[in-house]
Amino acid sequence: MTVRDALNSALDEEMSADPKVFLMGEEVGEYQGAYKISKGLLEKYGPERVLDTPITEAGFTGIGVGAAYYGLRPIVEFMTFNFSMQAIDHIINSAAKSNYMSAGQISVPIVFRGPNGAAAGVGAQHSQCYAAWYATCPGLKVLCPYSSEDARGLLKAAIRDPDPVVFLENELLYGESFPVSAESLDSSFCLPIGKAKIEREGKDVTITAFSKMVGYALKAAEILAKEGISAEVINLRSIRPLDRSTINASVRKTNRLITVEEGFPQHGVGAEICTSVIEESFGYLDAPVERIAGADVPMPYAANLERMAVPQVEDIVRAAKRACYRSVPLAAAA
Amino acid sequence: MSFTSTTKFVQPLPLNTTSARSNDHKPFLDPFKPTSFFGSTNKLRFTSLAKSHQANLHRRSAVVAVSEVVKEKKPKSSTNLLITKDEGLVLYEDMILGRAFEDMCAQMYYRGKMFGFVHLYNGQEAVSTGFIKLLKKEDSVVSTYRDHVHALSKGVPARAVMSELFGKTTGCCRGQGGSMHMFSKEHNVLGGFAFIGEGIPVATGAAFTSKYRREVLQEADCDHVTVAFFGDGTCNNGQFFECLNMAALWKLPIVFVVENNLWAIGMSHLRATSDPEIWKKGPAFGMPGVHVDGMDVLKVRDVAKEAIGRARRGEGPTLVECETYRFRGHSLADPDELRDPAEKARYAARDPVTALKKYMIENNLSSEAELKAIEKKIDEVVEEAVEFADESPHPGRSQLLENVFADPKGFGIGPDGRYRCEDPKFTEGTAHV
Repeated sequence: MTVRDALNSALDEEMSADPKVFLMGEEVGEYQGAYKISKGLLEKYGPERVLDTPITEAGFTGIGVGAAYYGLRPIVEFMTFNFSMQAIDHIINSAAKSNYMSAGQISVPIVFRGPNGAAAGVGAQHSQCYAAWYATCPGLKVLCPYSSEDARGLLKAAIRDPDPVVFLENELLYGESFPVSAESLDSSFCLPIGKAKIEREGKDVTITAFSKMVGYALKAAEILAKEGISAEVINLRSIRPLDRSTINASVRKTNRLITVEEGFPQHGVGAEICTSVIEESFGYLDAPVERIAGADVPMPYAANLERMAVPQVEDIVRAAKRACYRSVPLAAAA
Repeated sequence: MSFTSTTKFVQPLPLNTTSARSNDHKPFLDPFKPTSFFGSTNKLRFTSLAKSHQANLHRRSAVVAVSEVVKEKKPKSSTNLLITKDEGLVLYEDMILGRAFEDMCAQMYYRGKMFGFVHLYNGQEAVSTGFIKLLKKEDSVVSTYRDHVHALSKGVPARAVMSELFGKTTGCCRGQGGSMHMFSKEHNVLGGFAFIGEGIPVATGAAFTSKYRREVLQEADCDHVTVAFFGDGTCNNGQFFECLNMAALWKLPIVFVVENNLWAIGMSHLRATSDPEIWKKGPAFGMPGVHVDGMDVLKVRDVAKEAIGRARRGEGPTLVECETYRFRGHSLADPDELRDPAEKARYAARDPVTALKKYMIENNLSSEAELKAIEKKIDEVVEEAVEFADESPHPGRSQLLENVFADPKGFGIGPDGRYRCEDPKFTEGTAHV
């Protein structure tokens, strides 16, 4: 099952289960979604529940939030999350803070979803990861699916959730196929929000990643395995709330940590994970934490520069080796 | 309702014989008669809403009067032509350049020489040429993601634009911008902006600067004008309205040019906009609003002349709606399945390049051979641009870390206590920043 089909089926099932759920955004209806995630939904649910909006992020996001205040369960699609910058006021101020400000009277069950992170060759304004941005904000939940199972289970959970959820997909994963269990195809299937998944068990080094980077981390783990390093790969799934206990438990086992993300390094997801590990498992660390992130520059257009600006499998392999090899003499000394 | 005397649409010029709008008696102000508006055959879902509302119809503006002048200038004799031969040749060359360049982009995209989103301008050349060829070098242009041709019209060399698209270091932004982000300080191309409406405030700021320089910095001769290009889809965006307001309020030297090609990717203008006549939003903000046939470079040019003149004279902004059409999909990745083939064919028959050629020849402004020579010359320019781009080097590794700040010290201080830019690895592009 492709990630695209997983997302499409999750939308379809949740719209079918709850008539309060509706989808709005640019090109979600007649065009069938800019990336065809909403394919067939207009036909099935009609233009009242699959709303083509004009190109007015601030306007239609605000309308969605207002609808959530008043009892509906909107799904707002951003053609890419880069465009959510034009509507961030509604996501942060209107959606995330209302429950708190109203002392629990106004909940905002809304999902903001769309592709996030670097695509290919689309330049600085279309290639940015917003995981850390939204994850910094109290009142929001931030999910980043990797596989088809993630996409289905997390999107269904997000739609059913009573709080605003920022759901960060990845354009380059839409067409990728993953095996799915029979269980995850059940219409009642849901994944817990705030729980990471150990994609691959290991004992020498922990690698945390989310979205597309999980795939890279798994590839790196394979390479490392051939060189005798056993890497444990954690698919974070949820950036906020962050599954600190899974991460720390893993680090206490492997004693080494590599964090991987496509976003900018400063104040990134990796920074938060490092802090958590330093705070909670400092005594268990046998090597400095390695943090792999996108280059601290706006995304360049030229393909060769672009490749240098995002983490690659080799970067992960190198960092893991550094963490391990460096620890050998230290361990010997101890 | 008597529209014959007030319609923005003047008598079509001879070059425009197949115009869908050639029927001047057809009232096109009723937004709920979709088939009568523009050439779009898209059907509105709602059939019975409000009655027509032409409150602004009588608030005619100075610029509108200019359109009437165009009507009177109906060129029947060679002594009453809309352009001189030289002007005509300049316009023709610019339009051919725009067309040939974009056609080449499509080829190069499919050959994998350029990547990402590439939005081509085919069909809309009369707008870029009609406006920009009236500008001075100091005047500025702000564009959208469909920006190659605006840059070309403004004088950015084809090779620099092509090279940019190839992601090469000789590109106008050294391969750091890409298709949607063309900038040229030298030519005052203030950027292609990839978000809808995003460029409008930037353009308004540029116009503000001209006024500021004149009035605050006492540069009396600063009469620079800014032209902001954007599409019909943008006119539903708040930034558009915010900037119309401020530009009128402060009488800024700006022309808001709507390239209404009737489609925002797959969203028909008629499905997106409560009152599809965009030009009417000008008077609502206290500035003239003009509607012009954007498939006719001479009509565009006439309206542009007056609007730019107004701005230059310090009389404030103008909103110009150019009815045009893109001959290709939204981008090269768009399967373009929603637009009616009949609608496409109708606009294809009104190709602005062919129309100008016809006008030039019929009015003895140019010979077939002369125009052919221009086409040949442009073909060579575009070929040369491709060769240049192809042979140009990829950006060096060091470029990755350059230009983030004008001052390299913006990268801050490294763990060794020194500025990161002083680290030799910084210029090698291998520093950890």
